Amino acid sequence: MIRFLLKGILHDRHRSLMPLIVITIGVALTVLGHAWIQGVMGEAYTMSAHFATGHLKVMTRAYADEQGQMPVDLALTGSSGLTERLAAEMPEIDWAPRIRFGGLIDFPDSAGETRAQGPVAGYAIDLLSPATREPGRFNLPEALLSGRMPRDAREALLTHDFAEKFAVQPGDPFTFFGSTMEGSLAFYNFTVAGTVRFGSEVLDHGAFIIDLTAGQQALAMQDAAGEILGFFRSGYFDARAAQRLTDRFNSSQPAGTDEFAPVMITMRDQEGMAQLMDYTNAIGSIMVLLFVVAMSVVLWNTGLIGGLRRHGEFGVRLALGEEKGHIYRSLIGEALLIGLIGSVTGTLLGLGLAWYLQVVGLDIGDAMKASSMMVPAVVRTQISATDFWIGFIPGLLSMTLGNALSGVRIYRRDTAQLFKELEA
Amino acid sequence: MKCTILCLILVLAAGSVPAQTAGEIIRKIDDNLSARNRVTESAMTIHGRRGSRTLTAKSYAEGTRKAFTEYLSPAAERGTKMLKLEGQLWIYSPGTDRTVQISGHLLRQSVMGSDLSYEDMMDDRKLAEIYEPSIAGEEELDGRPVWILELTARVSDAAYPRQKLWVDRERFVPLRQELYARSGKLLKTALLSDLQRVGGRWYPMQVLYKDMLKQGKGTEFRTTQIAFDQAIPEWIFTKAALKQ
Repeated sequence: MIRFLLKGILHDRHRSLMPLIVITIGVALTVLGHAWIQGVMGEAYTMSAHFATGHLKVMTRAYADEQGQMPVDLALTGSSGLTERLAAEMPEIDWAPRIRFGGLIDFPDSAGETRAQGPVAGYAIDLLSPATREPGRFNLPEALLSGRMPRDAREALLTHDFAEKFAVQPGDPFTFFGSTMEGSLAFYNFTVAGTVRFGSEVLDHGAFIIDLTAGQQALAMQDAAGEILGFFRSGYFDARAAQRLTDRFNSSQPAGTDEFAPVMITMRDQEGMAQLMDYTNAIGSIMVLLFVVAMSVVLWNTGLIGGLRRHGEFGVRLALGEEKGHIYRSLIGEALLIGLIGSVTGTLLGLGLAWYLQVVGLDIGDAMKASSMMVPAVVRTQISATDFWIGFIPGLLSMTLGNALSGVRIYRRDTAQLFKELEA
Repeated sequence: MKCTILCLILVLAAGSVPAQTAGEIIRKIDDNLSARNRVTESAMTIHGRRGSRTLTAKSYAEGTRKAFTEYLSPAAERGTKMLKLEGQLWIYSPGTDRTVQISGHLLRQSVMGSDLSYEDMMDDRKLAEIYEPSIAGEEELDGRPVWILELTARVSDAAYPRQKLWVDRERFVPLRQELYARSGKLLKTALLSDLQRVGGRWYPMQVLYKDMLKQGKGTEFRTTQIAFDQAIPEWIFTKAALKQ
């Protein structure tokens, strides 16, 4: 039966070509659209994770309540011991202590007097350890526009736009001025090693990056860190695994009201990420659903037209004594076969396009210049397991439903009227 | 008999307080708290969320426009100096040998993690110059009869557009101060105590400041030594003095 239907589909191109093209294109676009949404949001999540949230984050309870203000006075103490413990207990996670802080950068004139000042967000990360992965997370080698990477704790990277605004070059000195962990004045001299541009207005507006040891020195935070970020070694955020690890760590902490006890939270629990993730997932699902519905309507219509076009054929087959049920079933079988062929070719085509954009990417830097979101300049698709089946739903069902509806007319045909119809 | 009557008259005279207008009260407060110049040594204890620490400092002030402070302890702060000159503020850090000017929104930042801002330190003008006072009531505070004064700023650059003072009716020193934002939100409180007679004026030797927007138990500011109308060399109020 299937072989017979397949022969009919292949030989009668009027019957199959248009639906096949429509299904293939529709399925390919569905797959590509889904991979695009996953990719763009995935890139944004990756950037947020690398710069701010990590996949997991350990900090004090007090810091967790006010982390948007970068409160170094609420930092974790004994951070090296805690990092070692975390590494031993959770080997699947790469742990990175960091300090995020705010303050002022003061650029001196030749007499050492204040020439210019500007507020900055500071990042103290492990820049200098031989095995550090932090420069890669900040994409520093690629983001470097002038100068070079810091070679010691007295050197810093400035964001390029900030450096340009104050006419600062690599090699120029500056003084960071802020508050230490205990609230005293923090003064620390640095030299600009290089300037970087991240492609995100939020960061490029005014930030500087120094080594963790320099941050600890400048802010009087010996063996302390604002936060310890954890990253899955796979590079991808696994919400369930993250929640499991978080529950395990937090339950191991002594109960009580010590506001400086460490607490772990997942990326999803941070800074409105849950809402953002839910929102983007919902938007993504709605977009795919709308696309599926639109394509279903087109294919349904194609099925209806096909059914009407074959009105005469069904009449002859009925006149020759073929049962109505058999004709109807063969019609549905044809639709399923066309849907299957179209879905397979469409999925392959969609995956091919998605793979190309995943590897090459699309530069949207110019369009995102004024954006305040942490979005990378080059966005890429991300192929996931869902992409292998998501196109099959509209591909198979829409054509089948369209033919099933139009095929109902077969049962309304009156055998006595067939010859009159055929003569006409 | 004559002596008894005289004593009675003196006691009655001392116990009675003549009617005062709000303007007269804040002028008398200014007379107590402001001076042509003064040299003070102080200990500031900051009660933070992680613990308390005490900083000692020596300050010189001339009128309301010039002030110089050098931190004496602890070791981390020793040698840090601040100079206020004609509405501008500089800080010198011996660790970096840099002098940094503080301006703009930074003036609202906390000084050394305390409940005081640079703006609080800067704005040393007399109350009568900045505020329009009115008497809101009378009551007792810690056993002392006080006036409750409502102060509304009549200049646009006041750090606090509105203040409420509980003023000792006999000594003309505020015992409690509430500082409000334009919106009416309470920003800071100050409890002034240990009033002592210094150079013919009443002066609060201890003040407990509390920034209501910060957690913690506040900042105790204790004046350990104070001398008014001293001969302060002019070079103290120069930027060159910061590096000496």
